[in-house]
Amino acid sequence: MTASSNAAPEGAPVSAPPPADKVGASARPTLRVGPSPHLHGPETVPRIMRWVFLALLPAALVSVWFFGASAVKVLTLSTLFCLGVEWLCLRLMRTPGALSDWSAAVTGLLLGMNLPPTAPWWLILAGAIVAIVVAKHLFGGLGGNIFNPALTARVFLLVSWPTYMTTWLKPGQRQWLAPGTDLAGITEATPLGLLKEGRLSELSAGASDLLLGNLGGSVGEISALALLIGAAALLWKRIITWEIPAAFIGTVAAVTGLAYAIGGPERYLAPHLHVLAGGLFLGAFFMATDMVTCPITYRGRLIFGAGCGLLTAVIRLWGGYPEGVSFAILLMNAGTPMIDHYLRPRTFGTATARQGATS
Amino acid sequence: MASGVSLDREFTKGFVRENPLFILVLGTCPSLATSTTLFNGFGMGIAATFVLVCSNIVISLLRKFIPDGVRIPAFIVVIASFVTMVDLLMEGFVFSLHQSLGVFIPLIVVNCIILGRAEAFASKNGVLRSALDGLGMGLGFMAALVVMGTIREILGNGTLMAGTPYEFAPFGEGFKASPVLVMTLPPGAFLTLGLLMAGVKRLGERS
Repeated sequence: MTASSNAAPEGAPVSAPPPADKVGASARPTLRVGPSPHLHGPETVPRIMRWVFLALLPAALVSVWFFGASAVKVLTLSTLFCLGVEWLCLRLMRTPGALSDWSAAVTGLLLGMNLPPTAPWWLILAGAIVAIVVAKHLFGGLGGNIFNPALTARVFLLVSWPTYMTTWLKPGQRQWLAPGTDLAGITEATPLGLLKEGRLSELSAGASDLLLGNLGGSVGEISALALLIGAAALLWKRIITWEIPAAFIGTVAAVTGLAYAIGGPERYLAPHLHVLAGGLFLGAFFMATDMVTCPITYRGRLIFGAGCGLLTAVIRLWGGYPEGVSFAILLMNAGTPMIDHYLRPRTFGTATARQGATS
Repeated sequence: MASGVSLDREFTKGFVRENPLFILVLGTCPSLATSTTLFNGFGMGIAATFVLVCSNIVISLLRKFIPDGVRIPAFIVVIASFVTMVDLLMEGFVFSLHQSLGVFIPLIVVNCIILGRAEAFASKNGVLRSALDGLGMGLGFMAALVVMGTIREILGNGTLMAGTPYEFAPFGEGFKASPVLVMTLPPGAFLTLGLLMAGVKRLGERS
């Protein structure tokens, strides 16, 4: 990892030179180049992004199976719109990046997977513009964004057009839906929606439906099993690490389990259903782990994941929205620079010199 | 203080170069809260400009009499008197605007721009300069609010000039039926302010 690769999203913590202020504090001149055997990783941005794209495909295919033409439409339009907006941004704003780095394709696919299958084309276009222009390129392009672009777009759309963003198609409705089709009768509430409205007795989907994806929901969130297959590939390739998903999902299970144990099954959903329902797996494995917007240290990632989990559980149980994964991840994205600041690892050999010399 | 700055520069500095909202980042709370529509932003801008000019003049006149140790309370008393006048005038003549601005009219008392100009400028400069400074800063603030209000109203409400008889829907009735709701909400206010600040900064760097 060389200094010239500033377009790379990863923080390159391995060979980063010590910060200038620490170096300048010592009287002796310091050579600021690491000793010669430099580690060279095989990872490149396009390779990582291609893997993420591939890892998302199982869940995307499951949604195509259950939602048919609607899922194909949402996923295709979202990816194409994001690529188109990215192309325009790269041309007009001259921020670093290229279409061939696959980052816009991943953002597009993720955005599509975060939308309901009934999303109209203009909703998808608005989401693509928010994701690529506002969340990504205005912050400096690939690697410069503070917030996950796909999630920023999702929250923007959810707050702006709540009705369009919460119209959930029933699984098995595979036919092409022309614009203006009456959706009454072919939509249903999600388990988390039923929980929020106090209609848990109407819940018909069980754990196996949640695993396979046989229920209404966002295009990419329905099948926990398909998401796990993709996540396993990313873990195997070491593109994501286990800390954030484990802390995230574990905290959600713990907090909702506590509420379930105290409040009882009439008012609360069982923790294993909480874990499988909604966008938790999609968020925990594919969006909270976004290299650009999550902390770089081990402890930082655990804190980040636990924070995401706590916020998600609090929003699901007591908040105004049925689902809190996207809000939770965005809020913790905002906290990432602070987590990285306070958990900066001590440079080897500098422990005594910095004792008492806190800045 | 014999300042070498010409009078017209004293007047125009608040428009862009030292714009109170976009460059000095003062008075952000009322800006975020009241720029939901063009008309609200305009009303808030007029009210703040009136208070700013009047308080700058009076404080500049009294600057040799006010003891240094109690200058802040003295400034607040002067500002509060003019805010009370504005509050009552607006309640009497533009009641609906007064209703929609709500608590943010009385809160002009603690607006950082007004107290800031009193402390940083009017208490050290002559009456004419202070009046021009207040007018320029007030107009700069109003322009910023009008720009924010226009963007947020068009996108978030689908209308323009709502609250006046000239209301219309720039993007048509279809857009008005399902506008970008978030733009009228607090996140939209922060988004608009942030993007405009970045844009003004970019313009400043170019010139």
